[in-house]
Amino acid sequence: MAIIDPRHAAKQLIYEKIFRSATLTAAILVLMILGGVAISLLHGSWPALKTFGFSFVTREVWNPVTDQFGALAAIYGTVVTSLIAMAIAVPAGFGIALFLTELCPPLLKRPIGVAVELLAAVPSIIYGIWGLFVLAPVLQRHVQPWLIDHAASIPGIEQLFKGPPYGIGILTAGFVLAIMVLPFIAATMRDVFDTVPPMLKESGYGLGATTWEVIWHVVVPHSRVGIVGGVMLGLGRALGETMAVTFVIGNAHRISSSLLAPGTTISSAIANEFTEAVGDLYTSSLIALGLLLFAITFTVIAAAQAMLRRLERRALISL
Amino acid sequence: MKRRLFRKLKNGAFLTLSLIATLAGLTCLAAILWTLISHGIAGMSRQLFTQMTPPPGGQGGLLNALYGSAVMTLLGILLGSPIGVLAGTYLAEYGRNSRLSISVRFINDVLLSAPSIIIGLFIYEIVVVRMGHFSAIAGALSLAVLAIPVTLRTTEDMLNLVPIGMKDSSAALGAYPWRTILSILYPAARSGIVTGLLLAIARISGETAPLLFTALNNQFWSTNLNAPMANLPVVIFQFALSPYKDWQELAWAGALIITVTILILSISARILLALLQAKGGSGK
Repeated sequence: MAIIDPRHAAKQLIYEKIFRSATLTAAILVLMILGGVAISLLHGSWPALKTFGFSFVTREVWNPVTDQFGALAAIYGTVVTSLIAMAIAVPAGFGIALFLTELCPPLLKRPIGVAVELLAAVPSIIYGIWGLFVLAPVLQRHVQPWLIDHAASIPGIEQLFKGPPYGIGILTAGFVLAIMVLPFIAATMRDVFDTVPPMLKESGYGLGATTWEVIWHVVVPHSRVGIVGGVMLGLGRALGETMAVTFVIGNAHRISSSLLAPGTTISSAIANEFTEAVGDLYTSSLIALGLLLFAITFTVIAAAQAMLRRLERRALISL
Repeated sequence: MKRRLFRKLKNGAFLTLSLIATLAGLTCLAAILWTLISHGIAGMSRQLFTQMTPPPGGQGGLLNALYGSAVMTLLGILLGSPIGVLAGTYLAEYGRNSRLSISVRFINDVLLSAPSIIIGLFIYEIVVVRMGHFSAIAGALSLAVLAIPVTLRTTEDMLNLVPIGMKDSSAALGAYPWRTILSILYPAARSGIVTGLLLAIARISGETAPLLFTALNNQFWSTNLNAPMANLPVVIFQFALSPYKDWQELAWAGALIITVTILILSISARILLALLQAKGGSGK
């Protein structure tokens, strides 16, 4: 039997303290990063906020020459492109998740599931370059003229599809965003559907329900919180997405009633103009846009996480 | 009878819609990959890997951009992952359900999905403005910030998968937690932690937005970490939006290289994880 050497034990205790504080410091650093982001953005945007005050978020003007800046056009573009994206990607993602969990032959389940997950890992710049060179010309030649001819005569929405078919613009950006967040939403929803206990579903089938009825009355109510959380996580992505949008948005700081017109979003304005911005007020206004984006996405993502937290924590892969 | 028919029809209609959604989604995604491959292959050539990015209208390769991306990604991982691993260790082994751990976990998940352009602005404010110029260091730092949440989360998850009996045995032998963690838990969770690193590399190697105003770009060969450095994503961004045919071709080639790299990394991460589970590492 070895006799415990008190000096050895003391040394062990010191190592323990060092290691413990190292891990603790790292954990606190994570908190500090988020705090640092908020403080540095506030600091950087201070000149703009001081000059324009609250009117920064209510004015549409964006004029580097006269040093007049307002974020309304960018906020509008961000919200509208994200809404278009969600309007397409949520039902489609729901359909894909449903297909994967309920309909898919077991043999194909894994390959398709993995394909969807891998596509969520493709960087957004790839979606952007594809949108610019492939999707935009197709929309310009085929989809937009049709919309202008037909949808523009429907009362109530005629304003939405007016003007020349540029190819790039708010609508195209919404489409590209939709395709980009689709794999993400589909993968999250599938994971949520998978948490429904088979017993519940089998009870539904046992009562004679059809597949759709089991989905709508058993699976969806059981996973409601997770679905909403997944959708909001997707929305957070869409709101903050930069590269996929920057390629196809057209970068015009104005609010058009037509979805076919070029516009801008918060993130694409920053990406396009930041390195070229001259003058403190210009740079500061762009950072103020960043602060705004940070506030919006933080709220959405935090709400989504709070909802998903109620569910079991899963492995990282699907995110 | 009528009602039954209606229910059946409704069922059929929705299931068909779900099938259509899947097909449409997969078609779109296949279309993207197809364009990427067909355009990218056309741009593949040996000079891609031997020459620098060309001046406007000229011909050249992507050597400096490939080098810059590799250096900044590597530096980003070297700076970010130790913090992620240590913080993940704290959450799994020390903090557990303390109030600090709960908020770190929450904030980390927020950072995991936060827009990367915000991180770029943050590093611009605290590094680029202070130093007075763009630099590869700033680029690497912004990538490091993006790598932390990924490694943190995988490390915590993987440490939680290590059978509790192993920890208890080590403690019973009189080992302090640090010894148990370094000698028992890390080796047991090794492939899981490596998976996290691969995922983090995959995540940051395609990031464009944070590099735009940290590392900027550089048309020439540069190994100076204190100066702007070329990198693949920003080169793709600039070249794709240019009117020059040669530049656009280089952009497509670069896009293919990035995507293939990321897919290989993600697939390896998945295989590692599958091996881990096959070994029974997930059994508690």
